Amino acid sequence: MTAEQIPFVDHLELAGEPHLVAEECTGCAARFFGRRNACASCGGRSFRRVPIATTGEVRAFTIVTFAAPGVPVPFVAAVVDCAGTSVRANLVDVPPSPDHVRLGMKVALTTVVVGTDDEGVEAVNYAFRPVEG
Amino acid sequence: MAEDLWILGIHMTKFGKHPDEDLVDLASEASLGALADGGVTMRDIGVLAAGNLLGGAGSIGQQLQKQIGQTGIPVYNVANACATGATALRTVCMAIKAGEADYGLAVGVEKLSGAGLLGVRPRKQEPGTWTREGRLGAVGPVDGRIGTETMAGVFAQVGMEYVHRYGAAPNAFELFARISEKNHAHSTLNPLAAYQKRMSLEQIMADAMIAYPNTRPMCSANTDGAAAAVVVGDSTLKRLSLEQRRRAVKIAASVLTSDPWQEACQVLPDVNTLTRNAAEQAYELSGVGPGDLDLVELHDCFATAELVHYDNLMLCEQGGAVDFFRSGAPWRDGATPVNVSGGLQSKGHPIAATGIANVWEVATHLRGEAGQRQIEGARVGLAHVIGLGSACGVHILEKAAA
Repeated sequence: MTAEQIPFVDHLELAGEPHLVAEECTGCAARFFGRRNACASCGGRSFRRVPIATTGEVRAFTIVTFAAPGVPVPFVAAVVDCAGTSVRANLVDVPPSPDHVRLGMKVALTTVVVGTDDEGVEAVNYAFRPVEG
Repeated sequence: MAEDLWILGIHMTKFGKHPDEDLVDLASEASLGALADGGVTMRDIGVLAAGNLLGGAGSIGQQLQKQIGQTGIPVYNVANACATGATALRTVCMAIKAGEADYGLAVGVEKLSGAGLLGVRPRKQEPGTWTREGRLGAVGPVDGRIGTETMAGVFAQVGMEYVHRYGAAPNAFELFARISEKNHAHSTLNPLAAYQKRMSLEQIMADAMIAYPNTRPMCSANTDGAAAAVVVGDSTLKRLSLEQRRRAVKIAASVLTSDPWQEACQVLPDVNTLTRNAAEQAYELSGVGPGDLDLVELHDCFATAELVHYDNLMLCEQGGAVDFFRSGAPWRDGATPVNVSGGLQSKGHPIAATGIANVWEVATHLRGEAGQRQIEGARVGLAHVIGLGSACGVHILEKAAA
């Protein structure tokens, strides 16, 4: 049995192989996540939705041990370079320790169920997990 | 050519806990101190810019006037994150440069003792059914689920990105902790710092981890405090007494920038480009180069931030911040002393006051009035702040020729 699932955010596409989708300016190719009014780089008003590579490299990370009430800690927050497009995400399937998380580490997109609402619908978020190589 | 601007009077309160004083008390103390320091009164002031970011005070400028002088002048209540104080100073500089006023007063004040972790909002209750909200169309809070919104975590990544880019990642934790060790050592000479305690590298690294690699003493201290400055132009200064002219400090450059679009800047804030842009403009305006600086007060909101700003302010070659630090240059007896006040990590960071307090620190050295922490013979200095979001203020100051 599979529960009905929805993406946690609009820029996550769950159908097929899960992947992220950016708003790309048709004028200057600047990429953004989320709803846009215009392009912050060139002022253009037209965008196309483009898929983002599902593998990448950790460009920066932190291990958060103090956060707002209700946020489970510790967790690893990172910026992942996905073939030239930067993505903010948590790293999962890795111990939250500097002995295990490395700058330059290769990672791949994965999904995480955030919770189920009163109608049994699961919200599915994305994160990155380490991969070989 | 617009006339040169001068700091005529400047004052900061002690940073730390002020349980018996409210925002207006602290703003009054700083403002009356700056006016007295400059030998003027509220009657002389033609424009007031005031900042308070997190106090919910509303019109802090008018509240201040109601205690120290309601003279009917225009008031600009400004907000620009951690650059709020620098923005107030920049605002009066623009007014005087435009010829709209002869004397300007800029003040910043904050009460943050015991404020805890900034940049986070408590997670709200999950709804009964998923509802999309905000620009990302998220069905729940994203902090902690899609990276972090804590300041300590954001600036940790800023520092880690730098050491990764320039191949200095091994021992990054120890490197950042050593920067904090420097600032805590410097603070022991500053009676206005909230914390004046030397800390060993081992103590810093063993303290509570907030967001790796930043432990608690590597984070700016939430404190109460205020700072204020009186600014005048050449034409006004030349009418004043020899003593006032002797103690006036020249504002060789006053620059404010915001973050220009860069790839990834809406993913992890880019605190680098706008700082470099501000520094370039300030060096160009003043004719001063990084090598001329006798001291620098830069925005070490976290130890990880100080490192990148050595590079952004061009105190070293591009990519050379680690070597610059390891050479000992930013220690108070080094080639380019950085944060001899103790920096935000020990002096404290009452947000809206910070951008004027760092100008006070530099001005006090240029006047030769910094007591036991005086950088001998200081003639030129730079003060830098950055507010996430982002705004960057850079002021270059020079000792009076008189």
